[in-house]
Amino acid sequence: MTATATATATEPTRFEDDLDSDFSADFSAGATGANRRGGGWRRVARTVGTGILVLWGAATVTFIAVNAMPGNPAIAMAGGAGSHPSKALVAAVTAQYGFDKPLVIQYLMYLLQLVQGHLGFSSSQKMQVVDVIAQSIWPTLLLTGSALVLAWVIAIASSLLTVRRRRAVSSLGSGLEVLSAALPQYWLGIVLLEVFAFSLGWIPATGGTGVVGLILPALTLAIPLAGFMSQVTRDEFDAALEQPFVVSARARGMSDGGVRVRHALRHAILPGLTLSGWAIGSLISGAVIVETLFSRNGLGGALLGAVTQQDMPLTVGVTLIVALTYVIANIVVDAFYVIADPRLRSRS
Amino acid sequence: MSAKAALTVSDLHVGFGAGSDYREVVKGVSFSLDPGECLAIVGESGSGKSVTARALIGLAGSGSRVAASTLELHGRDVREANDRTWRGIRGKDVGFVLQDALVSLDPLRPVGKEIVEALKLHRWGDAKSRHARVLELLEQVGVPEPQIRARQLPGELSGGLRQRALIASAIALDPGVLIADEPTTALDVTVQAQILELLEQTKARGKALLVISHDLAVVSRLADRVAVMNQGVIVEYGPTSEVLFNPRDSYTRRLLDAVPSTHSRRARLSGDASSSIAAGAKPVVTGKPIITAENLTKSYKGPDGVNRTVVKDVSFELGIGETLGVVGESGSGKTTVARLVLAVTAPDSGRVLVNGEDWSSIPEKLRRPSRRLITSVYQDPLSSFDPRWTVGRIITDALPAGEYPTPVARRARVDELLGLVGLGPEHLARRPLHLSGGQRQRVAIARALAPEPAVIVCDESVSALDVSIQAQVLDLLADIQQQLGVSYLFISHDLGVIHHVSDRILVMHNGRIVEQGPADEIFTSPRDPYTQQLLSSLPTLEKAHV
Repeated sequence: MTATATATATEPTRFEDDLDSDFSADFSAGATGANRRGGGWRRVARTVGTGILVLWGAATVTFIAVNAMPGNPAIAMAGGAGSHPSKALVAAVTAQYGFDKPLVIQYLMYLLQLVQGHLGFSSSQKMQVVDVIAQSIWPTLLLTGSALVLAWVIAIASSLLTVRRRRAVSSLGSGLEVLSAALPQYWLGIVLLEVFAFSLGWIPATGGTGVVGLILPALTLAIPLAGFMSQVTRDEFDAALEQPFVVSARARGMSDGGVRVRHALRHAILPGLTLSGWAIGSLISGAVIVETLFSRNGLGGALLGAVTQQDMPLTVGVTLIVALTYVIANIVVDAFYVIADPRLRSRS
Repeated sequence: MSAKAALTVSDLHVGFGAGSDYREVVKGVSFSLDPGECLAIVGESGSGKSVTARALIGLAGSGSRVAASTLELHGRDVREANDRTWRGIRGKDVGFVLQDALVSLDPLRPVGKEIVEALKLHRWGDAKSRHARVLELLEQVGVPEPQIRARQLPGELSGGLRQRALIASAIALDPGVLIADEPTTALDVTVQAQILELLEQTKARGKALLVISHDLAVVSRLADRVAVMNQGVIVEYGPTSEVLFNPRDSYTRRLLDAVPSTHSRRARLSGDASSSIAAGAKPVVTGKPIITAENLTKSYKGPDGVNRTVVKDVSFELGIGETLGVVGESGSGKTTVARLVLAVTAPDSGRVLVNGEDWSSIPEKLRRPSRRLITSVYQDPLSSFDPRWTVGRIITDALPAGEYPTPVARRARVDELLGLVGLGPEHLARRPLHLSGGQRQRVAIARALAPEPAVIVCDESVSALDVSIQAQVLDLLADIQQQLGVSYLFISHDLGVIHHVSDRILVMHNGRIVEQGPADEIFTSPRDPYTQQLLSSLPTLEKAHV
């Protein structure tokens, strides 16, 4: 605070900074600081706890699924009957997972393997499951991450620009949002490819590396999500602009645009954040389609291959890693929520 | 209209909508305001008073049409002002304070930031001087420890501190005109008195003050002149003492008569004959109590893990046919007492007896058949009704099971109840959203009466109503008590209302009963220092007269 207070900045953008640092709920000051921080972190700790429960649940469900499959689970884990695993391999798998032992022991051994990070060998990729995941997780995270960021940008822009404008503009905004929320990703991907890659030739259809190759697949995932999210942010934005504090701010001399950006936006972001945790899950399942369509390397493609070739260890591995991503994403979202909504830090 | 007037308005019209939907809500309002003077615009909801205030800073709302033959701020014509010009005026020449700072300050931003915003928008000083100015302003409006408070969110401050911070943000640039729209409405009386004091100081510093209020008592203390608005028109305009004590307009007179106060005790407040059933003396209160509370104590665990005792050692009796008023400021434990009596919350210690039998400590299964003995009416019936239900269904649902076996019997009883509360069969098919505030509260009362209760707990039942509607509902409650002999446990923060309705009064402060006794005794000779303070904070019409 003292640093900014001594600064003698005059240009407006600089002021925005001192505003934020000057009187933002600064927890180093105030007698209740410790309590307030405790509230926020308790929330995060609770999320971590539930996350562990979710992972355990996902592991249990996949265990049940493996056991419910007809035939010898040892053969399934060794690559399925179609791959004609050798007797020695089946015996090794049987020993590793304890398939000759009672179900409870098998379950515990399975959990033990998972905790140690032993996910087994992928028959479809001919390599360790851990390695397959390590190779394919980054392209998928990059894709879903950029799709989420894009979706946010579109949703916020749509709210800022079209909520409570002239009726035609507002209707256009909300109409487009509903339309994009309803677009099937598979179809949208094909249309984007058709228009931008084949007709206009701006972007290579497949195999583009770096940012260029990411644009179309990320848009394919982002547009329907943006439509969905902006309907929520739009409602909240609209409600925030109705609030008396908006009149207060305008009565101080703030412009309509200023009120939107400096006051209403933060309120509108909150429900969108809640949705983002869920969105990560939906984006990863969407990645299965998009990665196939755009021939991208990634978890989606690996999962599709694993399922079609009955590669049980890889299926289990990808399922668990998706669950883990989902859990981590929700923890991150919760942390963001605590930052965006200072009230959560200060329930006194 | 002197040349030095801070604000001059003549023939102001404000309307909304276009074409055939056009609706004018302010119809030719004129007034002027000099520096160091306070004008109050008084009226009920829908009178156009708030829209008038907002039109003065060019914020009448989207889709509004504003026209006036004069609209001058410090001698400057602002009728044709564009948005940019208005932004320069707002905050700098005119400050604007709204009611309830919890929602009038951004709940996600520290209050200091909101005050800095006012300075920053008008490019006042640099970061360092702004910071110092914010602390100085908070100090000026009486916020203790401004360094700490400036960093707190509106939700972390008490109602009074919030309202002070909001006023600080409005006077940050020392504007010549301050407009306050219901500045004290959501506040407790002692806090209200402090805020009024603050506004008085602003006036004393030579600022022109325009106060919008529905509360005539608040106005009588602050205003030099009063304009009474009704349906978009100023029906009476003149010096405060003249308007309040020698009103010429019939609407002003009705409004004044409707205010419950010491003078109105036992008298009807509304001239509305449709709600009256019979006039006459109150039936004699019998000595036997229907409800006995013995040493009730209740504490809740706060989010910080610390136990807070909200009700401490509370004992009282409520007689048959009696009205016991419970008065206190927010956080005094009044509502918790109501919840304990209704047995929706169990006391930590002590007990509640109904008709001399244990009520609070018996199992719910035993209590359920007798629950019909105690019903309740809350402040906002809209949130306690299912909005999709019709009035008929809402009341039918509250009839005791099995007592009205046929649809005909049920219908007859519902008609009877509607009649009791001054509604008719034409309201049966309506839904709560399509009723006025007063009608909704009548439906809530009918629902409370449906199981033939001995006691009705009224928790701020008239607090959200306009004064004339409040008068009708208070009269209705009095008529019902006289006719049916029910007892009321009447909870309110409004001392005027409490004095008007109560036979006896409990004064609560910090969870304890600090004083209880007959209503007149408490009001004329309070013994407890807190009661004395409470009563002296109360702005009344009588006091203004002196």
